[in-house]
Parts: sequence; C-alpha cells; structure tokens
Amino acid sequence: MTALAPVRPGADSGRGDAPRPERPRVRRRRSLVRSLPLLPAVVLLGVFLLGPVISSFVGSFTDASLTGASAQGSSFVGFRNYVELFADPDFPKSVLLTLVFLVASAIVGQNVLGLGLALLMRSSSIVARGVVGTFVVTAWVLPEIVASFAAYAFFNDTGTLNTMLAAVGVEGTNWLYATPMLAVILANIWRGTAFSMLVYSAALHDVPTEITESAEVDGARGWQRLAFITVPMIRRSISTNLMLTTLQTLSVFTLIFVMTGGGPGTDSSTLPVLAYQEAFQFGKLGFGTAIATILLLVGALFSIVYLRALKPEVD
Amino acid sequence: MGMTSPSRRSLRAVSNGVLLLVGVAFALPLVWLVLASVDERATLAIKLPDAVSLQNFVEVMTPEKAFVPLMNSFILSAGCAVITVVVAVLAAYPLSRYRMRVNKPFLYGVLFGTCLPITAMMVPVYSLFVAFNLIDSMAGTILFLAATSLPMAIYMTKSFMDSVPVTLEEAAWMDGASMMSTLTRIVVPLMRPGLAVVFIFVFIGAWGNFFVPFVLLLSPEKLPAAVSIFAFFGQYGSVAYGQLAAFSLVYSVPVIALYVLVSRALGGSSALAGAVKG
Repeated sequence: MTALAPVRPGADSGRGDAPRPERPRVRRRRSLVRSLPLLPAVVLLGVFLLGPVISSFVGSFTDASLTGASAQGSSFVGFRNYVELFADPDFPKSVLLTLVFLVASAIVGQNVLGLGLALLMRSSSIVARGVVGTFVVTAWVLPEIVASFAAYAFFNDTGTLNTMLAAVGVEGTNWLYATPMLAVILANIWRGTAFSMLVYSAALHDVPTEITESAEVDGARGWQRLAFITVPMIRRSISTNLMLTTLQTLSVFTLIFVMTGGGPGTDSSTLPVLAYQEAFQFGKLGFGTAIATILLLVGALFSIVYLRALKPEVD
Repeated sequence: MGMTSPSRRSLRAVSNGVLLLVGVAFALPLVWLVLASVDERATLAIKLPDAVSLQNFVEVMTPEKAFVPLMNSFILSAGCAVITVVVAVLAAYPLSRYRMRVNKPFLYGVLFGTCLPITAMMVPVYSLFVAFNLIDSMAGTILFLAATSLPMAIYMTKSFMDSVPVTLEEAAWMDGASMMSTLTRIVVPLMRPGLAVVFIFVFIGAWGNFFVPFVLLLSPEKLPAAVSIFAFFGQYGSVAYGQLAAFSLVYSVPVIALYVLVSRALGGSSALAGAVKG
C-alpha cells in the first residue's frame, strides 16, 4: 500500500511568523486564514475516508443487504452481525488463513528474502545485481491485475511450474486447487519482495563499513557479523519494514481474487476476500461490513503501534 | 578491487550464483507474459513461439477492447492525480510554513490515513456510494481515488516543500504578496520536479488500481483497462492467452516507463525505498 518517505527532521516550520505580542483576536483570525488551504484536503479526507470508516461502524450494526426487502430501509440489529460472524465457521477459518498469509508471505517471506537479496547484492557483481534487481522490481511495479495473471499462469495446472517439473520428471499437482494458500503466499512474496529489498538496500548502505571491517579483523565470521552487527544496526528499518509489509499484505485482494477467487470453497479466503464474497456474492452487506470493520480495527491497531514506534517527525 | 582475497572472491561467486537463481525464479512469470504476447497459440506455460507474430496485438488494439478502456484509465488516473496534487500543495503550504495548533493533529491524521487498509473498506465505501447515488460515476470514483492517495501525497509534498528555501517568499511578503500568490508564483515553480514525482506516483497508483473501479463502476463503457482485462479474462481467457498477455503488456508499459522516469530523476533505487506502492 503506502510507505513513508524518509523525512529529514528540523526543516524548521513557522519561519513565517515572528514572535511578537498581538491581540488574541487578531491572532485567531490570522491562524484561521492561514489554515484555510487545509480545507479542501479536510473535506476530501472527511467525506471519502472518514465517511466510509464511520458508515462501516454504523452499518455493521444494521441488517443492510444488497437485495430484497431490507435493501431500502435497514434497521438496527445490535451485535447480531458479529454474533453470526463468529458463529459462522468461515470466519475463524478466514482469520487463521489471514494470519498464515501475513506471517508466511510478509513477515517471513518478503522480509527474509528482501534482506537476503539486499545482502547478496552487496557482495555480487554489478551485472548480476542489475539483472536480478530489474526482475524483482518489475514484479512489484507491474499493475496488480497483470501481476496476478502472470502468477495465475505460473501456478496453473498447465502452467510454467508444472511444465518445468514435468521436464525434470516430477509430476506437479494442481497448485491453485490442491495448495491454494501456498500458491498465493509464494505469489505475494514474488510480488512484494522488491519493497523490502529496496528498504534494506538503503539501510545497509548507511551501515558504516569500518564497524563490520573491525569485527572482521577481530575474527568474527560472516554470520556473526550479520547477526551481531548488521542486523542490530538496521533494526529500526527492520521494524518499520515489518510493519509496512504487514499492513500492505493485510489489504491484498486482487492477487488472491484472480488466482483462486478465495477458493476452492473458502480455502484461500483471507479477510478482504471474505468481506467481498459475503457482501457482493452472497448479498450479505451487513456481514461484509462487519468484517470490514474488524479489518479496519486491526489496521488501525497496527498503525498506532507503528506510529508510536516510529515517532515520525511531525513537528 | 585488485587485492581481493580468495575467500572474498569465492563469496562473490556464491553470491552471484544464488542471486541469479532467485532472479530466474522472479523472471519466469514475466518471461511468460512477453513470450505469450507474441505467440498466436500461447498456452499458460512458457514456450518459445513457433513464429513470432504481432497478431495478438492487432487483435487487441481495437476501440472497444483496448482504446476505450485505456482512455478511461487515463481519465481516472490523470483526474485523480491532478486533484490530489492541487489539494496536497494547498494543504502542504501552511503545514510547511506556519506553526499552527492544527498542524500536529492534522499530520498525525494524515499519517494514520496512509496506513488504512483501503481494500478492507471497499464494502462500506460501496454502501456509502449507493447512499449518495455515486455508483457508476466516474467523478465519484476519481474523488475517492484522490482521497485515498491524498495522505501520502500531502506527506511527500510537505517534505519537498520543506526543502524549498523560504528567503524568496520573505521577499515577496515584504512586497505585500498574499499567501496564495506567493504559493502559486514562487513556491510551486520552485518545486516543479518534486510535484512531478508526486503526480507520477499518484498516477501510477490509480492506473494500477483494480479493486476500486471494479466495485464502484458498472457500465462497460466506463471501465478502465484493469477491470476490462479481468472481464476479458472471464470471456475469452480460457482460449486467448496470447491476447490477454498482449493487452496486459500494452496496459503495463506506461506505468513501467513512468517508474523508470521517476527512479532516474530521484537517482537510483535507494531513493525509491520510501516511495508509494499502488
């Protein structure tokens, strides 16, 4: 989804106003005029971001559905959507699938592979670095629908993976049906590793070489230098990146929707896919809204942890 | 590095080997896309075409298959990017130049907005659009796309604006210029490259977005390329893989070109580490 541009601190704001004593009313009117340019942004964010968030909370307590009698006027049903949601076996399953998807593809897959690639690129030739970097980044830059089709073709029963396995005498399975979670996890690693790779490349670039060199002189082995020097020195980047890749992966929809459609059944329905299925395929808008609300809460929780940990240079 | 030790040289060989292996794995799905697009009898697996032909592109490049959807994608993305950049510049100016009480809560709100899982909220967004009668409205979709890209755009614009020296503005203030004329005549021209970067990032994000137009737009003549490719896949997908690949490439090329442009402008990949992903 989104990431934060590294912002240099101390670009001193408030250069406009000299501190001189003024009457309070003048000051208040001046600050009102000065905050006027914020208005379009406030309106746009209020209507189209805050609006849906609020309507999500409210809607999750109504019996709104896409078709039928309750489509016109919906009525308050209290926690019924949530009670039904937790009683529905698909929901706990979907929570579990989402957790598996997050841990395997974002926390382990993208971060470990991204850090690994960034490390390897420091000790490889320029040509290898350029070629590999181009492919990894291209998978990330491609529009999501195109990347999803490419991944679909790769894992399809008659796709590239099975053709290659057959060439070495191994019979592959129908990955998208037999192991849908594995397929979408690998596809998401393929799609998203570039981000972690770029973040870690930048972070490793800032680690002063004198420190690792002096450790080398002291006899530290390669993995010791990595575990005791490099990783602790880039831990800030690691925690930031873990948070961001988790948030991005939490909202992955298109990749799974195109590759498996959440199926077979609901065997690969992570929460965003389940919300879509419940709301638009089964017509249970209130149900879908309740899932959306839970997802928003989880996302908000992650964001708060992230903002507190990062303490961005807001002022 | 003429004096590399043997262990370092073998490390380099191992690194190159592992790296190339990973590179091949990452390349395979992309290579399929390219090979299938020039193969009239493409399958889902990588194979060299019997004869390279551009027939798939010829088949796809018709008004209803490609041109109208691409035009719609352009209208959505450009509209979204223009609105986002204008609103972001307006908002970034007081945030960057004045010390106000609203700055801190506003910036925290904006940062919070960058973290919101947008796909998670498409169901409530749909209900909201139904209530406002905005379903199937290009304008409504553009405004929603603009709102979702705004938090990141404000943050980027503010950090670009922070690096514009304030001296010239002070001279303009001395001459009695208003806030708006200072902004449009002095600050905006000075930060044109930065604004171009913000514009392109927002444009790339909107161009690649599938889920938002998929949920909010209905009429076939309004659908952008992302959604029409998906519909195409449903209709002809099981037979015309070559055409699907060709259409996908035509649709992807502008985004890749813009990405290369921005990464050149920002000087290498490291500068992009903190950038947006659509």
